[in-house]
Amino acid sequence: MAEAIAFYTLSVLILGLGVAVITTPKTVHSVVFLVLNFLCVAVLYVVLQAEFLAVIQILVYAGGIVVLYLFVVMLVNLKHAPEEHEDPRRLGRLALALSGAMLLEVVGIVVYSSRHEPFARVTGSTEVSPVQGNVEELGWLLYTDYLIPFEVASVLLLVAMVGAIVLARRES
Amino acid sequence: MEITPAHYTVLSAALFSIGVIGVLVRRNIIIIFMAIELMLNAVNINLVAHARQLENLVGQVFVVFVIAVAAAEAAVGLGIILALFRNKETVNIDEMNVMRW
Amino acid sequence: MIETVVIPLLKIAVLLNAILVSVTFMTLLERKVIAWAQSRLGPMRVGPYGVLQAIADPIKLILKEDITPARCDRMMFTLAPILSLVPALVVFSVVPFGGDALFYITDINVGLLFVISVTSIGVYGIILAGWASNSKYPLLAGLRASAQLISYEIAVTMTLVSVILTAGTLSMVGIVESQQEAGLWYGFVQPVAFVLVLIGGLAETNRAPFDMPEAEQELTGGFHTEYSGMRFALFFLAEYANMIVISAVVTVLFWGGWLRPFPSVDALVFLDFIPGWTWFFAKMFVFLYLFIWIRATLPRYRYDQLMRIGWKVLIPIAIVNIVVTGIVKVVL
Repeated sequence: MAEAIAFYTLSVLILGLGVAVITTPKTVHSVVFLVLNFLCVAVLYVVLQAEFLAVIQILVYAGGIVVLYLFVVMLVNLKHAPEEHEDPRRLGRLALALSGAMLLEVVGIVVYSSRHEPFARVTGSTEVSPVQGNVEELGWLLYTDYLIPFEVASVLLLVAMVGAIVLARRES
Repeated sequence: MEITPAHYTVLSAALFSIGVIGVLVRRNIIIIFMAIELMLNAVNINLVAHARQLENLVGQVFVVFVIAVAAAEAAVGLGIILALFRNKETVNIDEMNVMRW
Repeated sequence: MIETVVIPLLKIAVLLNAILVSVTFMTLLERKVIAWAQSRLGPMRVGPYGVLQAIADPIKLILKEDITPARCDRMMFTLAPILSLVPALVVFSVVPFGGDALFYITDINVGLLFVISVTSIGVYGIILAGWASNSKYPLLAGLRASAQLISYEIAVTMTLVSVILTAGTLSMVGIVESQQEAGLWYGFVQPVAFVLVLIGGLAETNRAPFDMPEAEQELTGGFHTEYSGMRFALFFLAEYANMIVISAVVTVLFWGGWLRPFPSVDALVFLDFIPGWTWFFAKMFVFLYLFIWIRATLPRYRYDQLMRIGWKVLIPIAIVNIVVTGIVKVVL
């Protein structure tokens, strides 16, 4: 019951803020709505009992990536809004209709499959980890079963950091 | 009323399609990048919901990697935007057509 | 129902009142301590020994005219001070002032990460304040201040990883309890981490000697140039609230929280009649005094020196600290 209230409130907030992100004319307002959206998604993760992911979402996504977006928005501050003249080859209404159709299809598939094959509780697909708690279990998995993707991800981040610095540097 | 993973999948699909609409309709390249972040978040919600239902933490491990890759992609993408802006003084994606036919 | 809703609400009300009153009196404390350090007396007129100055100042700020720049971004201009103050207050929900469940609002199992992540939301207040003022000095100062904040955030987070390794848990109550088990405050076990978190904490709250982005002599007042009256007061309150947060977090992590000094030495058991929360407030007060003392003493760093320290000095030391902590944990 409490989860239902939390879920519906959060989904209204998430979807509303998502629509606000893509429809606001001013870019800075869009960025602020994106931050609020990520904070609501973090609360949703807490409802889903993934506390570590919730704080990582706030720390990395809301507190890191979106700050980067805000910096770029301020550095790219333009006098004329970039969307004044519409390119005549654009088919905006068709894009809207196709996306709506895609959404209806996916929702239809989900509703149909959940009615005819109810979700069964599959228990214990991994071996029992020796410690309890979300952070410990996740850490255990990351350092034993998924060590190689973990190391690859760290190399990826290093490469991305070097690449972003090289791309954004001024030729001096 | 019980909240099944189907509910979370529908929420995730709706957020994903909002992101798709943002990418297809808006012309400001920074808004397009933010819509891509919305799509990645939608996928994350789906993964976490199913991780809880299946009581298997692999979904959450996947989300950690999605967040890491999203951070890397945002950094490089914004570097590209800055480099493009320095050359063409625009963030309208319709005008970034130097390599088009 | 009573336990899950009413009692936490009461605790939140008491805690918020306590924090807001203490940040008000911190303004007075700072003026007094800096005055004594400079061989003068500070505010002495209002009330006995100037104690009521802390009440006179907010009254003055509330009664001031609210000036907003001509073509500023209204929504961001109003939102920025709020985004600065609220994260500082939210962090207090996981800080344990005593051992009993009465003394903290909640103990989540990722408490320390929650503290770090919520303080990183405070950066938005500064960037948006600089942006919304629609004027070049606040914009530059806002960008500088936020760049400083995110750089030192990295150093502090890496240092806290080594503390988490030592404690073995992320929850704030758990860290104090592991100090009780180890019988030693972590300030003695991890002195390097202690110093790094203190320096990083100074930089995170834009306090001297790292206060270049907001000092009056620099960039005509920094990111809050265009703010007046109560909005300016909110920024000030946010800074002092952040100072109290950093003092509380450093107390919990390195100085044993609510434990007495040397909790394992039995000869000092007679000190146990002093309740835990008294020890906590005493230690927190020592750190607050240390912050103000440092402000009165040290000159300001230039911006490039500041960034050099954050990236080229603190982060390598933090990484070496993690490696040494890991090795010691495995070997011992």
